[in-house]
Amino acid sequence: MKLHQLTIHEAHDRLTAGEFTAVELTKAVLERILAVDNDVKAYLTLTPEEALAQARAADRVLSVSKDERHAAGKGASPLEGGLRGVEDTPLLGIPLAIKDVLCTEGIPTTCGSRILEDFVPPYDATAVARLKAAGAVILGKTNLDEFAMGSSTENSAFFTTHNPWNLNRVPGGSSGGSAAAVAADECLGALGTDTGGSVRQPAGLCGVVGLKPSYGRVSRYGLVAFASSLDQIGVLTKDVADAALLLGVIAGHDPCDSTSMAVPVPDYSGGLQDGNGLAGVRVGVPREYLIKGMQPGVEAAVCAAVDQLADLGAEVQEVSLPHTDYALPVYYLIAPAEASANLARYDGVRYSLRVGDDGLDEMYRATRGQGFGPEVKRRIMLGTYALSAGYYDAYYLKAQKVRTLIKADFDAAFEQVDVIVAPTSPTTAFRIGEKTDDPLQMYLSDVFTLSMNLAGICGLSLPCGFDAGGLPIGLQVMGPALGEERMLRVAYAYEQATDWHTRRPSL
Amino acid sequence: MRLSREEVEHIAGLARLALSDEEVALYQEQLSTILEYFERLQELDTKTIPPTASVLPLRSVMRADEPRPPLPREDILANAPAADEGCFKVPAVLE
Repeated sequence: MKLHQLTIHEAHDRLTAGEFTAVELTKAVLERILAVDNDVKAYLTLTPEEALAQARAADRVLSVSKDERHAAGKGASPLEGGLRGVEDTPLLGIPLAIKDVLCTEGIPTTCGSRILEDFVPPYDATAVARLKAAGAVILGKTNLDEFAMGSSTENSAFFTTHNPWNLNRVPGGSSGGSAAAVAADECLGALGTDTGGSVRQPAGLCGVVGLKPSYGRVSRYGLVAFASSLDQIGVLTKDVADAALLLGVIAGHDPCDSTSMAVPVPDYSGGLQDGNGLAGVRVGVPREYLIKGMQPGVEAAVCAAVDQLADLGAEVQEVSLPHTDYALPVYYLIAPAEASANLARYDGVRYSLRVGDDGLDEMYRATRGQGFGPEVKRRIMLGTYALSAGYYDAYYLKAQKVRTLIKADFDAAFEQVDVIVAPTSPTTAFRIGEKTDDPLQMYLSDVFTLSMNLAGICGLSLPCGFDAGGLPIGLQVMGPALGEERMLRVAYAYEQATDWHTRRPSL
Repeated sequence: MRLSREEVEHIAGLARLALSDEEVALYQEQLSTILEYFERLQELDTKTIPPTASVLPLRSVMRADEPRPPLPREDILANAPAADEGCFKVPAVLE
C-alpha cells in the first residue's frame, strides 16, 4: 500500500513506529495531488510549503518523543504503558485538507465566491486551530459550492470538482472538494461543513465517510456563516475510526462561539468497540424515507445494510417521521432567510471585491450583483422574500413552526430507537450539468439530509455498496443530539462486517 | 404563487442586488416554481405550535469580562477594497 492510501490511524501507528517520517508522508500525498488533481480538481489552493514546514515540525516532535521513550526504557509500542506525550496526539504529522469556507490565517479563504476571491483571513477558525495544535499538516483548501450553497460543487465560481469514481459525474456538495480529495487519496482526511447535508451527501456520492456532528458540538468560530442555526463543521474520512478520531480533536466548547455546548467530549475512538456487537441496539427505519423516485440500486443496498445490522444483533424496527415531506420547504425558507441576513456583510466595504464608485447604494448593488453567483443570488432573493413585510408570517414564521414539528418527530422516534438509518441520497452521483437548470431538482437531492440540521441531531454517511454503474451508495446513520457515540458504534460495527470502505476508485 | 416582475425587482432592491433583465426574468420564473412547491406548508395547522429559531435551549451565555488584544487594525484593513487613515473608505455619502 502506498503512503497516500493510508487512513489516519494507520499512518499514525506507522509514524510513531518510525517506519516513515511526516515529511515523507506529506510529500507522498503532495505527489498524489500533482498526479490526479488535474482531473479531480478538488483543491482551490495548495499550500505545499506550509505543509512541509508543519511536517518537519511534526518530525521533530516525533524524534524527540522517540528518544525520550528510549531513555525511559519503553518498548517498541509507544501507545502502551500509559505514556502521555505529544505522540499520543493522533493527528501529529497527518496531512489534511480544509474546505475553503473555514478561515485559515494568511491563506486565502474564498468560499468559492468571486466576492471573496482576494480575502485572506487574519485568524484561524477554531476547528482549524485545533487541528494545528494537534500537529496536523494542512495541505490546502478544497473546492465547494459558493458559500456552501449547492449539492454538486457546480456552484463554485472557479471550477467544478469531478467525482473520482467517474469524472463525468458530480462529487456532490457542497463539501465536494473535501469528499473528492478523500476518495482520491489526495489527503488522509478533511474538514467540511454541513448546513443541510453538505458533508453527508458528497461523502455518500464519493464513497467515503462523512460525519455531521450535533448542532453545538463543534465551534463555528471562523466558519463563514451561511445559515447560523443549521451550520455545523463536520469531517470526511476514509473510515469510521478516522471520523471518530477527527471529531474528538475538533469537538468541544469554545468561548468564541456561544452556541458551542459546554459538554465534555467523550472518547469517541475508545467507544467504537463494545464486545457485544450490536446486541440490544435498537435501529429505526423511517417508513417515509422509502420514497418513489429513489434509484432502485440505492434502495436495495440500504435494505441489505439494514439486514446486515440485524445479523449483527441489532433490533430493527420501523419508525415514523410524519413531517418528512415538509422538511424541504422548511429548509429552503429558513436557510435562505438566514443566508440573506448573513451575506449582507458583503457590501464592497470590508472584504475583497468592490464594483463601481457611483455613490454608496449603487456600489452595494453593483458589488453584490457581480460578486455573487446565480445560486447565491437566488437564495438571497428567496430569503429576502420570506422575511419581507407581508410574507414573514406566511413563509418564515410558518417554516419555523413546522421546524418544531420536524424536531418533535425525531424526539419521538428516539424514544423508541437508539439510531435511525436511511439512504444518504435518493440517487448515486448524477452527471455534471444534469440538474444545473432546475434548482428544485437540485434541492431534492438533499431530501434525506435536510431534516437532521433542522432538528439539530447528528448524522453520518458511510459506504454500503455500489450501483450497476460502479458508483458508490451511502448509508446514513443518525443519532439524537449529542448521540455521536452510539451513531459511531453502529457505523463502525457495520463497517467492520463489510469491505465497501476498502474500495478505491482507479484514477 | 406567481411573482410579478415588479415584486422580483422590489426584492432585489431590498437585497441590494443589481440584476440584469435576463436575471429578473429567470428569477421570476424559478422563484415562482419554488414558492409554488412550498405552498404545501399551508396544509399544516400550526396555530398552537411555537416557532423554533434554534434547537439549543434558551439560556443566557455569560463570559468573564476580560479585555483581550484585538486583531491588528492593519490586518483587518488589508482585506478592504479601499482604506484611508486607518479607516474603511466608502464613496461619498453626503453631498
